[in-house]
Amino acid sequence: MGEQLPALQVVVPLIGALLVALVRRPTAAWLVTVVVSLAMPVISALLLVRVLNQGVISYHLGGWDPTIGIEYRVDIVNALILLLVSAVAAVIAPFARLSVLSEIAEGRIGWFYAMYLVSLAGLLGIAITGDAFNAFVFLEISSLSSYVLIAMGRDRRALVAAYQYLIMGTIGASFYVIGVGLLYIMTGTLNLNLIAERIVAVESFRPVLAALAFITVGISLKLALFPLHVWLPNAYAYAPSVVTTFLAATATKVAIYLFARFVFSVFGAGFVFADLPVTPILVALSVAAIFGAGTVAVFQSDVKRMFAYSSVGQVGYITLGLALATTTGVTGGLVHLLNHAMIKATIFMGLGAVFFRVGRIEFQDIAGIGRRMPITMGAVAIAGLSLIGVPGTAGFVSKWYLVVASLEVGWWWLAFLIVLSTMITVVYVGRLIEWAWFREPSRQVATVEEAPIEMLAPICLLAAATIYFGIDTYLTAGLAERAANALLSGLR
Amino acid sequence: MSDLIALAGDVVAHYNQWITVFLMVSGLYIVIARGNMVKKLVGLSLFQTSVYLLYISAGKILSGTAPIIDPHFTVYSHPLPHVLILTAIVVGIATMAVGLALVVRINEAYGTIEEDEIFKRDDDR
Amino acid sequence: MRLDVILRVVTKVILPFMLVFAIYVQFHGDYGPGGGFQAGVIAGATIILYALIYGLAPARRLVPAALVEAMIPLGVLIYAGVGVVGWLTGGNYLDYSHLAHDPVHGQEWGVFLVEAGVFVTVSATMVAIFYAFAGRGRR
Repeated sequence: MGEQLPALQVVVPLIGALLVALVRRPTAAWLVTVVVSLAMPVISALLLVRVLNQGVISYHLGGWDPTIGIEYRVDIVNALILLLVSAVAAVIAPFARLSVLSEIAEGRIGWFYAMYLVSLAGLLGIAITGDAFNAFVFLEISSLSSYVLIAMGRDRRALVAAYQYLIMGTIGASFYVIGVGLLYIMTGTLNLNLIAERIVAVESFRPVLAALAFITVGISLKLALFPLHVWLPNAYAYAPSVVTTFLAATATKVAIYLFARFVFSVFGAGFVFADLPVTPILVALSVAAIFGAGTVAVFQSDVKRMFAYSSVGQVGYITLGLALATTTGVTGGLVHLLNHAMIKATIFMGLGAVFFRVGRIEFQDIAGIGRRMPITMGAVAIAGLSLIGVPGTAGFVSKWYLVVASLEVGWWWLAFLIVLSTMITVVYVGRLIEWAWFREPSRQVATVEEAPIEMLAPICLLAAATIYFGIDTYLTAGLAERAANALLSGLR
Repeated sequence: MSDLIALAGDVVAHYNQWITVFLMVSGLYIVIARGNMVKKLVGLSLFQTSVYLLYISAGKILSGTAPIIDPHFTVYSHPLPHVLILTAIVVGIATMAVGLALVVRINEAYGTIEEDEIFKRDDDR
Repeated sequence: MRLDVILRVVTKVILPFMLVFAIYVQFHGDYGPGGGFQAGVIAGATIILYALIYGLAPARRLVPAALVEAMIPLGVLIYAGVGVVGWLTGGNYLDYSHLAHDPVHGQEWGVFLVEAGVFVTVSATMVAIFYAFAGRGRR
C-alpha cells in the first residue's frame, strides 16, 4: 500500500470526480469532495515523511521502466508542493458547501464539484509526475477544468474572463509543448531525469536554448508573470468564491514549481543563470510585477480584484527569489510560495464569507463590515498583516529571506526596493481595513450577522497558521531550505 | 557559389520546419489581430496544428513503415510521437469545445461576439 | 413530397455502415490506424448525422440525454478500473502484465479494455456536445 501512494495521490481525486459526475446530487457531491479532500493531505504527508527518510521516491506507472514509460518521481521539492495543494483543498472543502449553494445554480452544483475534483487531480498530477509530456497533459486537465469553474461565476463578465484565460492558457500550454518537443528531438526521451542527464551531451545547443525560451514563456503565461498576467485579475474577480480561493492558493504555485523544476533540475542553474542573462531579465520583470501590480491594486473598487492584482505582485516576489539562484534566494522564493498560498486562501475565503452574507463585494457595499462580522474580518486583517510582512507573521519570514539574499549578492538597491514595496502593500491592505472598520455600515451591511461556523473554522485555522508559521518555521523555511539545496544541486 | 547552393539546399531540406513556423505565426497573428471570438479560436486551432506537425515530421524515419509489427518489414517509424500527438489532438478538441461553449454563452449574455463591443458594454455598466 | 427525400433515404442506408465501421476501427487498433478515440468520434458522428437529418427530438428519443451524461464518466471509470485491477493483481497502477496468463496476452487485454472505456466516453462526449449546442437558441 505504501508503495502505491504516488499513484493514489492522483487516482483518488480522479475517481472521486467520476463518482460525483455519475451522481450529481448537491449534498452527495459535496460529501464525496470532503472525503477526497481530507484523504489528500494524509497521502501527501505520508509521501513527505517517506521522502525525508528514504530520499527520492520513484514510481513506475504501468510497471514500465522510466526509459520507455511514465515515472512519478517525488523528492523534497514536490512533496512540499503536494502537501500544500492537498492541505489547501482540505481546508476549503468544509467552507465550500454553503458558499457553492449560494453562488451556483442548483442543477450545476454536481458538475461544479466534479470539475473541482478534476482540477485538484490535475494540479496534484503536475506536481508529482516526472515525465515532461505527462506534465502537459495534467496542465491542460487542470486548466480546462479551471476555465469551466471560472465560467460558473454569477456575473456575465465571468464568461469573458474564462474565455480570455482559455486563449492565453492554451497558447502557454502550446508553447510548453513546443519546448518539450524540441527537448525530445535533441535528447530522445521525455523523462525529466533522463533529459537532465542527456542534455549535457547534445550535439547542438541552439535547439536547447530555443526549448528553454519556449518552456519559460509557456509556463510564465500560466504563472501570471508580468506582463503575461492579463488574464488573472478578471478570472479571480468574477469566479465563484471557492474557485478564487482554490486557484489563488494553488494554480500559480504549481506552475511556479514546474518552472523551477525545468530551470533548476533539467537545464541546470549554472547554465540558465550563470551563462545566460536570465537573472537580470527575471529580476526586472519581478520588480515590475511587484510595483506595477501593487500600484494598480490600490486603485480598484472591487475588493476581490484588488487582491487579484496583489497576487500578481506576490508572484513577483517568488520569481525574484528563484531568479537570485542562491540558497537563500531560492529558499526565500519557496517559503513565500507556501506563505502566500496560506495568506491568499485566508483572504479570499474571508471575502467569500462576506459575499455569502452581503451579496456584493465592492468597497462601498461592504463599508463597516468589520463591526458586523468581527471574527471573519479579524482573520482577514491578520492575513493582511502577514501579506505586509509584519514581524511575527509568516510573511515577514519570506521577506526577510529575500532581503538577505539580495544583500548576499551585493544588490543593495534590490533590498531597498523590496522594503519599499511593502509600503504599497500597506496602502491597499490599509484600504480594506479602513473601509471595514472606520466607515459607517452601508445599507446592506447593517443587517448581516457573522459567518456560519463551517465557514469561520477554516478561515480562523488558516489565519492562525499564518501566525504560527511566522514563529515556528521548521515546516516552511526548514524544509524549503532543503528543497532549495536539492534544486540547486542539479540532478536529483 | 557552391556554398550558396549548399545553403539554399539546407534551407529547402527543412521545409517541414518552415511550414511549422509559418502555421505557428499565422495562428498567433489571428489570435492577436482579430476581435471576433470565433476567429480567435480558429487561430488557436491553427497554432496547435503547427505543434502537431513539429512532432510528427521530426518523428519520421526514412523508409520506415507504420509502427505495427509485420513479418515483411524491419524498419518502423517511432510510435511515440504519434501517441503524443493523438493525446495533444484530443486536448485540442476539448479546448475548442470549451471555448466554443463559452462563445455561445457569451453570445447569449451580450448579444455579440466581437471583443470591442463586449468591452464597451462592460464599461458602460 | 418533402425536398429532402434523397438525404433521408441515403442516411437511412448509410447509418448502419457507419456504426459497423466505427466498431471495426475500434477493434483493429492493433493492426492499423484506429483505437478508442477515432472509433468514438465516428460513432458520435453517426448519432449526430441522424439528428441533423431527422431532427433533434427523434435523436433524443433514440439516445436520451441522461444516458449520454451517464456514459461519459462510465467510460473513464472503466479505464480507471483497469488500473485498479492492476493494483489488485500485485503490480503498479495500470500494470497490464498480470491480467492474463502471460504478459503479452495481459497487455492485449489491458489495451482492449481501456480502449473500450475510451470509446464509450468519446462517443458520449461528442453526442453530449452536440445536444448542448443544438438545443439552444430555438424560440
